[in-house]
Amino acid sequence: MRISRRILAGLATASLAVTATSCGGGGTSGSFDDSVTVGILHSLSGTMAISEKTLVDTEIMAIEEINASGGVFVDGKFYEIKYKVEDGASDWPTFAEKSKKLIDQDGVPVVFGGWTSASRKAMLPVYESKDAFLYYPIQYEAQECSNNIFYTGATPNQQSEPATDFMYKRSPAAGGDFFLVGSDYVFPRTSNTITKAQVEQLGGTVVGEDYLPLGNTEVAPIISKIKVALPEGGIIINTLNGDQNVAFFKQIQDAGITPSNGYYVMNYSIAEEEISTIGPEFLEGHYGAWNYMMSIDSLESQKFAAKFKKRWGSERVVADPQESAYNMVYLWKQAVEEAGTFDDNVVREVLVGQKFDAPQGPVEVMPNHHLSQTVRIGEINAEGGFTILEETGVVMPQAWNQKHPSSKGFACDWTDSSKGEKYKL
Amino acid sequence: MELLLDSLFNGVAIGSVLLVAALGLAIVFGLMGVINLAHGELMMLGAYTTYVTQLIFKLPILKPYYNSYIILSIFFAFVVSGVVGILLEKTIIRRLYGSPLETLLATWGVSLILQQFVRSVPLAYGTGLVISLIIGLFLPTTFPSKIKESINFKYFKFSSWIFAALTGVLTGSVISSSVSKLSRASARNVDVTAPSWMRGQVEILGTAFPKTRLMIIIITLISVIAITLFLNQSAWGMRIRAVTQNRQMSDCLGISTEKVDIITFGIGSGLAGVAGVAVSLLGSVGPNVGGNYIVGCFMVVVLGGVGNLLGTVFASFGIGIMTDLIGAGRLLSIWPDMPLPLSNTINFFATTSMARVMIFALIVIFLQFKPTGLFPQKGRMVEN
Repeated sequence: MRISRRILAGLATASLAVTATSCGGGGTSGSFDDSVTVGILHSLSGTMAISEKTLVDTEIMAIEEINASGGVFVDGKFYEIKYKVEDGASDWPTFAEKSKKLIDQDGVPVVFGGWTSASRKAMLPVYESKDAFLYYPIQYEAQECSNNIFYTGATPNQQSEPATDFMYKRSPAAGGDFFLVGSDYVFPRTSNTITKAQVEQLGGTVVGEDYLPLGNTEVAPIISKIKVALPEGGIIINTLNGDQNVAFFKQIQDAGITPSNGYYVMNYSIAEEEISTIGPEFLEGHYGAWNYMMSIDSLESQKFAAKFKKRWGSERVVADPQESAYNMVYLWKQAVEEAGTFDDNVVREVLVGQKFDAPQGPVEVMPNHHLSQTVRIGEINAEGGFTILEETGVVMPQAWNQKHPSSKGFACDWTDSSKGEKYKL
Repeated sequence: MELLLDSLFNGVAIGSVLLVAALGLAIVFGLMGVINLAHGELMMLGAYTTYVTQLIFKLPILKPYYNSYIILSIFFAFVVSGVVGILLEKTIIRRLYGSPLETLLATWGVSLILQQFVRSVPLAYGTGLVISLIIGLFLPTTFPSKIKESINFKYFKFSSWIFAALTGVLTGSVISSSVSKLSRASARNVDVTAPSWMRGQVEILGTAFPKTRLMIIIITLISVIAITLFLNQSAWGMRIRAVTQNRQMSDCLGISTEKVDIITFGIGSGLAGVAGVAVSLLGSVGPNVGGNYIVGCFMVVVLGGVGNLLGTVFASFGIGIMTDLIGAGRLLSIWPDMPLPLSNTINFFATTSMARVMIFALIVIFLQFKPTGLFPQKGRMVEN
């Protein structure tokens, strides 16, 4: 056994040497000049595992696709991408620890990872102190702009702002009052601060807001408040997290807070994956806002969904976070190929301005390390998908929100050394 | 009037969820003094039982009876959680009586095991395992006394376990081949959908009440009445109370304390299962569902006074009504023109998270003055 393995290894080296000398970069799948290992860091256990596992699957799929088409071509050599998956275990300090391990021990040039803002906040100091690079694929509250993080999810002005605008001007409940519901942590609170400022600008009123502590599913007091605040129906903006949505939608339906009674819920955390968990019968007629929806009728989008189903099973769905995860792997590949090296600092320079024909449509990396994206408003249908109602053009990302009182008038630009993380417009 | 009724109903609805969840714990912790941190996970098993029952009733043969599955699952959940509880008592807790810290740690370990179990074992085989446990534990007790007393009883017992294991494997594979959703292990939260007759609202006295909430109140009422009757009217209930009051003396008088422990723990765990059914109607069912309730359960039992069911009832409805009063800012709508500083304070606490803080603070203050709870047990045994 041992001998045969050694012979195999010998053969492998020999063949590698042969390809290296004779073909000098053949580029067909299966023969590479070298390999590069990237890090994937998501929760594979704990509460967040359900969501984050879908990102791992998508990132692996993107890497396999790149390898099948010849790998990454850097500095005249074809590199096979290998990946090292680490488990963040839904525990934020673990994310920081595993990041250190991936950077120091495994020496990866890039880490794709994170989901919750808490995990990102825990990882941020690690990447900044080691001058390494994290690619983060989730729609989030923004108000952050690190030189060492590249954000491919939506900022509030690429999700919640167009959504609020739609609800107030063009939804069936147009002109109605707003009630804001969210889980009690940073994203809902920041997002709702922005929404409140925006509703005020639009001339509407926010009649109430409430936050459910994480893990709590007793929504009866919130329901009584909604009924008192919005007796005739109105707009509810929902930023609840994960399975709290199940409790919320089951119980509001029983309490008669339904579209047929004039209550319309706009959701920022419910994508196709969550619709199938909660059950479309509870969500039908409510709304969602995303950059990518599985029902986008373009070739790129359908190909993306079909490839994912082929790789991971026909019952699987793709949603916005997965699309962002897919995009970031390809954007990284393009950037290293253009840079001609895996060196972070060079890659960072050429990354800004990279364009990619993503499943959602064209995206481009902006100087503030976020993506320009298309925003879509969809109504949840009985089949568990979105019926797309509106599509904006390409929206530029605002790392510092222009409606939030603490960041109004600021922006971020890493291409200009005099501007940097936060400068006054 | 309508406001008051609505508020009262909400308070009772919140309180009955707390009560049904804490009832089993009131027995296990209150009467036996066992700190069972796996109580939440026994609830979770009840919730998963509801889910499995629901899927089995979607099979073509049982489809006509689909509407009644929720009633049956209350019974199933009681049995499933009860049996797992009995197993837990027989294997672990029995060895740790009198050492609360070790019990606490051991049951916490069990709760982690149970959580991981539902994550990594397909529910079909989980069901099979529980069925073999039920048969294995109960079959030997149905043997005629001639066999029970014979010297070869252990072989009979052994063969009944083999029979139980085979039945379990068989049921597991039958379920797994007929219900595809149960054949794969998944850490995803699952969803129990109430049958159509239980969805929507009913109108009583001009106010609309959600039917699922009413159902939970009914389940709670029945559980409380049944357990009170059992403890006060039946022979075993009397024995349980006797052992609670004085273990050594009861033992001397010929009460099998071992059997009493098993029955008490089994009933307490079974009630956790019933609570699981109630909870599954409100939100999603997942490995962590029980953990969300465990703190509340202990809070209710401690506030009510350990060892007293009536205290548990009062405490849970008290907390429920307070949660609604504070969390929904009811006081403001009852008394709209109160002075500004007061109304500002009330507004500040009128969110779900702040209401929780407020209630915990109130409980802490209350326990400073009455450390033994609302209805403390009296007598010399308590002081020891």
